[in-house]
Amino acid sequence: MKTSILAIAATMLATGALAEPVAPSAVSFNDGAVATSLSGQPGDATRGREIVGTKSLGNCVSCHAITEMSDVPWHGEVGPTLDGVADRWDEAQLRGIVANAKMTYDGTIMPAFYKVSGFTRPGDGYTGKAAKEISPVLDAQQIEDVVAYLMTLKEE
Amino acid sequence: MFKASQKLAIAALALGALVSAPAAWADEEADLIINGEKMDIRVEAPEGHPLDEILSGWIFRTDETQALETDDFDNPSFIFVEQAQEAWSTVEGEAGKSCESCHGDVAESMKGVRAAMPKYNEQAKDLWSLENYINSCRTERMQAKPWKWAKADMDAMVALIGLQSRGMPMSVKVDGPAAEYFKKGEEIYYTRFGQLELSCANCHEDNYGNMIRADHLSQGQINGFPTYRLKNTKLNSIHARFKGCIRDTRAETFSPGSEEFRALELYVAWRGQGLSIETPSVRQ
Repeated sequence: MKTSILAIAATMLATGALAEPVAPSAVSFNDGAVATSLSGQPGDATRGREIVGTKSLGNCVSCHAITEMSDVPWHGEVGPTLDGVADRWDEAQLRGIVANAKMTYDGTIMPAFYKVSGFTRPGDGYTGKAAKEISPVLDAQQIEDVVAYLMTLKEE
Repeated sequence: MFKASQKLAIAALALGALVSAPAAWADEEADLIINGEKMDIRVEAPEGHPLDEILSGWIFRTDETQALETDDFDNPSFIFVEQAQEAWSTVEGEAGKSCESCHGDVAESMKGVRAAMPKYNEQAKDLWSLENYINSCRTERMQAKPWKWAKADMDAMVALIGLQSRGMPMSVKVDGPAAEYFKKGEEIYYTRFGQLELSCANCHEDNYGNMIRADHLSQGQINGFPTYRLKNTKLNSIHARFKGCIRDTRAETFSPGSEEFRALELYVAWRGQGLSIETPSVRQ
């Protein structure tokens, strides 16, 4: 009995209960903010921390310093520090900034992590060759994971 | 404190731990003196220039990297310069000539040439980089095969010829027929390329002096090229570096020798007007 309930629950999770991710072209920005989860699922802050600190993933520390992440070497100075970032922005605003910061700050140097069109000479990753198909730098769940991690960066 | 970190860095070097050594960021007020000759590495920008002060990339490097450029015996570029010196005197091609057959002593004939590159060539009706001139000599006068851009033979010869202008100010001509290339180069400089949507200016105008991960961003000046990079232990041409930067924006690059890169070279050279030629420099 218990087993069958678990099995049904697992099936639901694997199919109908999972919402479809919002496509990069379909993200709705409201004053730069994105209200709901792009993947339809909550983010995982632990995975988010990994993405933020890893060069081949988000590589956020390349430009932003984070005191909490001092185990990862070489934090950049191009963008503001992310210490206390969750005191300054709410979750929807942070999601919008990570997905496409230009919707919040016009002309910002920060790349858009969930965008697939409107580029000049897009490349095939870091090969220097022309892109065949463009995937966002991070997928919907990775964006959510990063946002979940950023929401832990509170000072107040 | 600073001395202590220098000592640490030297100790790390002695242990052969170059890559993981804690970087000792250099004294940004230091002067660059090569073989006893002082280089102009900080130049006041003329009116209308996009920068307040024009700064050589040498300023942004670590103490250890800086030191390698101050003496030709320590500068690894000179292995390649010596190879080019040999090539200069080597007969190649159907015409039975070497560079030396027409141009004699490179130290005499090539003095000042690099400082004015790239420049508009009236006969070709095009903007030519030093590589174009070298290949024109090879194919027309020597009847030899042209060299590929951004490859070892070419980069070494560009370094040898560039060396003959060392200490002279960068002084390219951007008016007259060069003006349209200048404009095109400027446009490329400010275009946000690739999936990361980054222009040259995003890093090298707006953020020089800042760290991006472990790299200390410079103004992207080209007065030291070709440059020996510790990262790949060879000479790197201007266009190879342009290509690498554009690739890193997740973009489709332009090719070394392309009209786009020659135009960009002219524009970037202009941004460094007045800096001493440091060719061949040493960078990270």
